[in-house]
Amino acid sequence: MVRIIAFFAGLFFALALLWSFGKGLVSYVTSPPAATAEHAFHLAPRPLHLASDGPFGKFDMQQVQRGFQVYKEVCSNCHALHEVAFRDLKAIGYNDDEVKAIAAGFKVPHYDARTGEVKTVNGLPTDHFPPVVYGGQGSPPDLSLITKARHGGAAYVYSLLTGFQKQPAALLAHFPEAKTPDGLYYNPYFANLNIAMPPPLTADGQVSYKDNTPATVDQMAQDVAAFLVWTAEPKLENRHQAGFATVGFLIFATVLAYMAYRNVWADKKH
Amino acid sequence: MSFPWANHYKPSHPFMVYLDEKLPLPRFVYNAIGAGYPVPRNLNYMWNFGVLAGFCLLLQIVTGVVLAMHYAANSGIAFDSVEHIMRDVNYGWLLRYAHANGASAFFAVVYIHIFRGFFYGSYKPPREMIWLLGVAIFLLMMATAFMGYVLPWGQMSYWGAQVITGLFSAIPIVGNGLHTWLLGGFAPVDATLNRFYALHFLLPFVILGMIILHIWSLHIPGSSNPTGVEVKSESDTVPFHPYYTAKDGFGLGCFLVVYCLMMFYAPNALGHPDNYIPANPMQTPAHIVPEWYFWPFYAILRAFTQDFFMIPAKLMGVLAMFSSILVWFFLPWLDRSPVRSGHYRPLHRKFFWVLVADVVLLGWCGGSPAEEPYVMISQLAAVYYFVHFLIVLPIVSSIEKPEPLPFSITESVLGKDDQAALAGAPASA
Ligand code: HEC
Ligand code: HEM
Repeated sequence: MVRIIAFFAGLFFALALLWSFGKGLVSYVTSPPAATAEHAFHLAPRPLHLASDGPFGKFDMQQVQRGFQVYKEVCSNCHALHEVAFRDLKAIGYNDDEVKAIAAGFKVPHYDARTGEVKTVNGLPTDHFPPVVYGGQGSPPDLSLITKARHGGAAYVYSLLTGFQKQPAALLAHFPEAKTPDGLYYNPYFANLNIAMPPPLTADGQVSYKDNTPATVDQMAQDVAAFLVWTAEPKLENRHQAGFATVGFLIFATVLAYMAYRNVWADKKH
Repeated sequence: MSFPWANHYKPSHPFMVYLDEKLPLPRFVYNAIGAGYPVPRNLNYMWNFGVLAGFCLLLQIVTGVVLAMHYAANSGIAFDSVEHIMRDVNYGWLLRYAHANGASAFFAVVYIHIFRGFFYGSYKPPREMIWLLGVAIFLLMMATAFMGYVLPWGQMSYWGAQVITGLFSAIPIVGNGLHTWLLGGFAPVDATLNRFYALHFLLPFVILGMIILHIWSLHIPGSSNPTGVEVKSESDTVPFHPYYTAKDGFGLGCFLVVYCLMMFYAPNALGHPDNYIPANPMQTPAHIVPEWYFWPFYAILRAFTQDFFMIPAKLMGVLAMFSSILVWFFLPWLDRSPVRSGHYRPLHRKFFWVLVADVVLLGWCGGSPAEEPYVMISQLAAVYYFVHFLIVLPIVSSIEKPEPLPFSITESVLGKDDQAALAGAPASA
């Protein structure tokens, strides 16, 4: 009885599925999905190699500091860094006084309980990076977690920043309707090819690095990507180190467990 | 459970004697997972995964309870509280990655455990109750994992909750009311987050209770084994401790190495980047996909794109998705072959591997965008899925000619000659 009911239930699902399949196939053949500009021109991120990559990766603190400088002087005009507190910057090599000075350079909103007003005051090391008011087109996302929040991570950020270009003639020839609208910028690494962010890194030497690294656009893009890996995962080095110790110990323990197993079973064929 | 030759618990220390009189917990453990539980001697590593699943549950409970001490179930701050755990709580990053990857490990282990059951016919009498409890455990696991994924209140949390609770609105007449009632609003809101948190905390303990029943019912017939031939004599078995404690200990070590490599070196590989974007009700992600362990079922849900005899496509999808797991409940009555193990069932064995490939294919489609060709592939794969359980298995079990079974476990391990020698020799344990 169970098997007869099952047979008809199976038939029911199979027919419903084949019906869906058939109709889908007909419409696929009669009106195949149109090619899109995104599909044809979107690019996967270019590779980026950072010191923090790989199982033994550590941050290159010089680079992360340079990246912070790029963030502070360029990106922070539009993008917040909500999850990061100024005091966290100590982990990338700034001392207490430097952190105080950096914090004081940012205006943070402060609620005054006596007057009931919200005023902006100079930041303290315990404050987080403040929200940013942005008046332009589009809404700049918070960057704290951006390298974890996009496929491709740091390589994506790097490619995006260095990927602004003129719309290819071939694209306009094939997809005239995909012309970049006014106020947007063509960037083949961005999901829909047209991003609201104006190219932020435009000229070599836009920031002047304290360690005299030449500030080419490519270098600045790499550095800020490295910094954003740190903001997204400040505990990355701890994780790599703890992982090494843990896995090392586990392999040792597992070898012992294997020997114990062989020993216990020595007299038993199985 | 007891075979007549099971070892008996004999406490020697006066305190243990006392305890045995007042609260025989050590005796219980001894009989359940100690030397008092005789187990077939020929279990292979596929029989390790039940213990591993139990370990995963404990891992999830321990990491989960500590996470709960720092997490805030409020839609305004949930996302930031998770980042607070990652950044400011001592070893918070470790806890969170252990819990998130622990869920994946748990499912991986349980899938192997379930497919072990498919291959070796573990669901057959006298073990059908173990199997039924197992499927119920699996359903509870899915509910728990789904609600846990909502807690960080990222984009995938939010939109996953939206899509999955939205399934209930496909139910005729009461659907919409039910949907609003389940959510506590018209879309996922703070009330939804709070109830999911409460349930996510509760359900693992329900699962724990179910596992106790699962193992209790296992101990009545005892474990099956790769030959599927029942235990006949003492030489077929070894005491669980030290034999299987040692073997499972080694298995646990291997599992932990793989799990820790994932957790320490690729902790986000199985997650979706969008869940690092705070929930935003105004912006739908390009592709809403659940975690990998739901992909095959998600593919079945989305495979129904056309209404079928007045049944709306969405309702068909929901029915099919739930049925795809509910069919497992009926397996003991669908597969009537007297032979358990796939090793002696030439046809069943082949279809088993087709099923494995089919489920992997469904998973691949479920993780891909709802576009062609994925939809058409998932439709054909879903056809096979249902046909396999509901039509192929019953037919195979009646037409198949099984291969000859060994007389006993001992014979399969030692061969006929050694077995004869053993019969003449004085009994040795
Ligand atoms: C003039 C303001 C402005 C500046 C300066 C700026 N951005 Fe942006 N950014 C935006 C806007 C607006 C968007 C949103 C774009 C969209 O969604 O179309 C954006 C988006 C982004 C994105 C996300 C793209 C995505 O995949 O959604 C990244 C990453 C980014 N910016 C990085 C940076 C970095 C790094 C800097 C500093 C080097 C920077 N931005 C400087 C305005 C700015
Ligand atoms: C939380 C998840 C689960 C835990 C902790 C768990 C635990 C266990 C343990 C410890 C065993 C004994 C060892 C073994 O045979 O592997 C077992 C056996 C078994 N489990 Fe599970 N289990 C879980 C889920 C499931 C599920 C989802 C199913 C099926 C759908 C299932 C089906 C079975 C069956 C049939 C047996 C008996 C197998 C045999 O002896 O042949 N279990 N389980």
